[in-house]
Amino acid sequence: MNLHLTVNGIAHEVAIDPTERLLDVLRDRLGLTGTKEGCAEGECGACTVIVDGLALNSCLMLAAQAEGRSVTTIEGLSAGGGLDELQSEFIERGAVQCGFCTPGMLMSATALLRTHPEPTSTDVRAALAGNLCRCTGYSAILDAVTSVAVRAAEQPGG
Amino acid sequence: MTDTDLGTAAATFDGTHSGLAGRLGDSVARPDGVPKAQGSYQFSGDLTADGFLWGATLRSPHPYARIVRIDVSGAWKIDGVAAVITAEDVPGKATYGLISQDQPVFASDIVRFHGEPVAAVAADHPETCRRALAAIVVEYEVLTPLTDPEQAVDGSFPPIHPDGNIVRHQRIIRGDQSIEGPIIVEGTYEMGRQDQAFLGLEAALAIPAPGGAGVELYVATQWLHEDRKQIAACLGMPEDNVRLVLGGVGGAFGAREDISLQVHTCMLALRTGRPVKIQYDRAESFHGHVHRHPCTVWMRHHAGTDGRIRRIEARFLFDGGAYASTSSAVLINGITHTQGPYQCENATVHGWAVRTNNLPSGAMRGFGVVQAAFAHEGQMDKLAAAVGVDPVEIRLRNAMQRGDRLITGQVVDNVAPVARLIRETAALPLPTQPVGGTDHDPMRLPGGAGRTADERHIVRGIGWGVGIKNLMYSEAFDDFSTARVRLADGVASVKFATVEVGQGFITIVGQIARTVLGVGEVVLETIDTQIGSAGSTSASRQTWMSGGAVDGACRLVRERLFELVAAKYQLAAVQLEIDGTDVVDTLGTLRIPVAEATAGILIEETFEHHHVPTEDLDEDGQGNCHTAFAFVAHRAVVDVDPELGLVKVVQIATAQDVGRALNPLSVVGQIEGGIAQGVGLAVMEELLQVNGIVKNATFTDYLLPTFLDMPDVVISLVEEPDPHAPMGAKGVGEPPTVSSTPAVVAAIRDALGKDLHRVPVRPSDICF
Repeated sequence: MNLHLTVNGIAHEVAIDPTERLLDVLRDRLGLTGTKEGCAEGECGACTVIVDGLALNSCLMLAAQAEGRSVTTIEGLSAGGGLDELQSEFIERGAVQCGFCTPGMLMSATALLRTHPEPTSTDVRAALAGNLCRCTGYSAILDAVTSVAVRAAEQPGG
Repeated sequence: MTDTDLGTAAATFDGTHSGLAGRLGDSVARPDGVPKAQGSYQFSGDLTADGFLWGATLRSPHPYARIVRIDVSGAWKIDGVAAVITAEDVPGKATYGLISQDQPVFASDIVRFHGEPVAAVAADHPETCRRALAAIVVEYEVLTPLTDPEQAVDGSFPPIHPDGNIVRHQRIIRGDQSIEGPIIVEGTYEMGRQDQAFLGLEAALAIPAPGGAGVELYVATQWLHEDRKQIAACLGMPEDNVRLVLGGVGGAFGAREDISLQVHTCMLALRTGRPVKIQYDRAESFHGHVHRHPCTVWMRHHAGTDGRIRRIEARFLFDGGAYASTSSAVLINGITHTQGPYQCENATVHGWAVRTNNLPSGAMRGFGVVQAAFAHEGQMDKLAAAVGVDPVEIRLRNAMQRGDRLITGQVVDNVAPVARLIRETAALPLPTQPVGGTDHDPMRLPGGAGRTADERHIVRGIGWGVGIKNLMYSEAFDDFSTARVRLADGVASVKFATVEVGQGFITIVGQIARTVLGVGEVVLETIDTQIGSAGSTSASRQTWMSGGAVDGACRLVRERLFELVAAKYQLAAVQLEIDGTDVVDTLGTLRIPVAEATAGILIEETFEHHHVPTEDLDEDGQGNCHTAFAFVAHRAVVDVDPELGLVKVVQIATAQDVGRALNPLSVVGQIEGGIAQGVGLAVMEELLQVNGIVKNATFTDYLLPTFLDMPDVVISLVEEPDPHAPMGAKGVGEPPTVSSTPAVVAAIRDALGKDLHRVPVRPSDICF
């Protein structure tokens, strides 16, 4: 079957097997390997992408369910090979160690900040509770997300 | 495909994210942070090659069985299958292993654990592989498994392996064996099986050389050269024909120290003449790598009425599982740390590491010392209660100092600020939030919002854990690491085989080179076997060992640079030094940029760093078997729901003996991450086996600390540079896991007034 979806702003038509997951299409058909598979059952969040504004596990979504939808992956977070504010804070504050959870963590955090630009620390913890990190103990990730939120709040009109 | 396409671990450290200076002592950001945050960093599981095939492994469904017959003909009938291999196809040595080579590449006659590899296939698609594995017929004669390690010790179970059921026994006999009391406290402490649970699953890509003369393997591992040695032996090839390149590593924590898919991947590639990639899924990963040893420790402490330890008796039993892996070294680590960071002159200790039909046990962060610390810290609290002092006071009264001896007779000749660590931890602020928080947020309660915890019934407890951890390898192993530095046109290029698993070694390489050589740009070359070994990324050793190698190579290069500058300007080399990015004459006015001084020239030096020699233990467990030691203190605050048996770890305070924090950001990251794993072991993580069958090889059922489970961590870095350490820095990776677990358990005991002697602490342990 043919799947039509937009990934990082680019429209694609992809021939897929009906059993493929969105994760498979992103990684194996479109070569977007920034989205990771850590458990294949929605527990670790390494495969998190944003579909029409909602962060979800691409290992739990059949590719066919993405028909006509807009998907943002880690590769689409910042234009032109740069870094957005959240990515920069992750790097500067030590929220990245092995980095395997980082893309999924960034996608969940991005979705959170889009809908809750001034989250409490409990909001951040709850929103990212579906993303496992085995290296950092989460503290640096909390710092990174919180610092972006605080800066947004301090901006004029923010 | 070029090396560059696959040389995933190579990165250019251009200072983009290196902070103001990027020198030793600065909190420099990772050089691979940008590609990791952009998703472009290639982990080993992201690698492919033109025309590659997928490989997959058939595993035993039984923990112990005789293989009667294997029929692979069905697999060959499936379109797309390119190779089917079993034990018969292993071209070289049939077994491998880190210390003794007792583990078959494929089981041929007996399977000894649930999930042991029996065959492997290569095919055009993972789904084809799955169907091919299903088409292989293996007829088993199921045997009764040995699952109780006591039966291995007492000899009541027939040998399950030609090497026997006891991997190693060692005793430690020191001092006056007749000392008894007057205060005696005793306990038995059990630890379940913890999984390293790195997120980046095992993956490797093997590319055969034309004609099958050799193979290149891109793999996430911890020790490239040791892997190569074992792989080459099994392939029946000279080591020179096998090149290993580090694929991006998604965490390790000990689980990648042993061979898993390496030999299988190479065999399939050589058999098919095509690149082959194997990638485990999570369930296979749980079966496919070693775990932390389940362990039972009995201890009896004899002390004076003042609480000073007079003698310790102990018995350790480590369940090594089906194959030896590093069990013999884990055993030695455990028993030699019996006393913890406390003075003790007299000891009677027996330890066993044994073989069972459980999953093989091996390295995990803390390596035997975690098991010892859970026991000795439980004993210290019992001792405190027996003599009527608090947990801090009992530890201060017994605190080890530099110059004290271990029960092996070895003098602790490292900075040993145990009392200071305890005092600094005690001085860290306790949590200000009451149970449930001032906002009565159920998310702060044990069990979270989804449970029914009654805030009024929650009890809070405080507990302590203090630890000692040996650094580097032990028992006469000639441990070294190699680094090569080239300096030209103001740029330093550094080559090493040190595995970066996420811990941040590649960050400090740039810091060292900048500090010693005054360069701006540092290029990190591909991490592979095209240089001497770096040893394993384990044992908290790479900052000391490979950091020492990079530092040594940089210093040799700097000497050569000074000689060149001195000759050119008719100065003595000894009067030159690096100041910032310049070479300066300390006795005159000369100041030239390093970039200018090295224009058009190339200086290259290689340095091998060895640590001080260590010794084997004698039959009474005496000898200078360890290299160096680091210390740590933890204080845990927990809230416990005694009705539902749930625990919320609220805060961990810690002071850690780091020697010198070469990169404080990185050190703090190691401490917080290590504590997370200690908390997980304390209250949730356990890989369960029933009669040898693994029951929870998924992230749904193997519980890991999430963002909501992780306590606040408050940290004091105690920096007393160690004179034996290159750059003064001690390894920092393992101490956080050593005594955070006992601190959490002590806090739960404190909250409940109940003896708890097993981790992870389960709801039933709390409620009943």
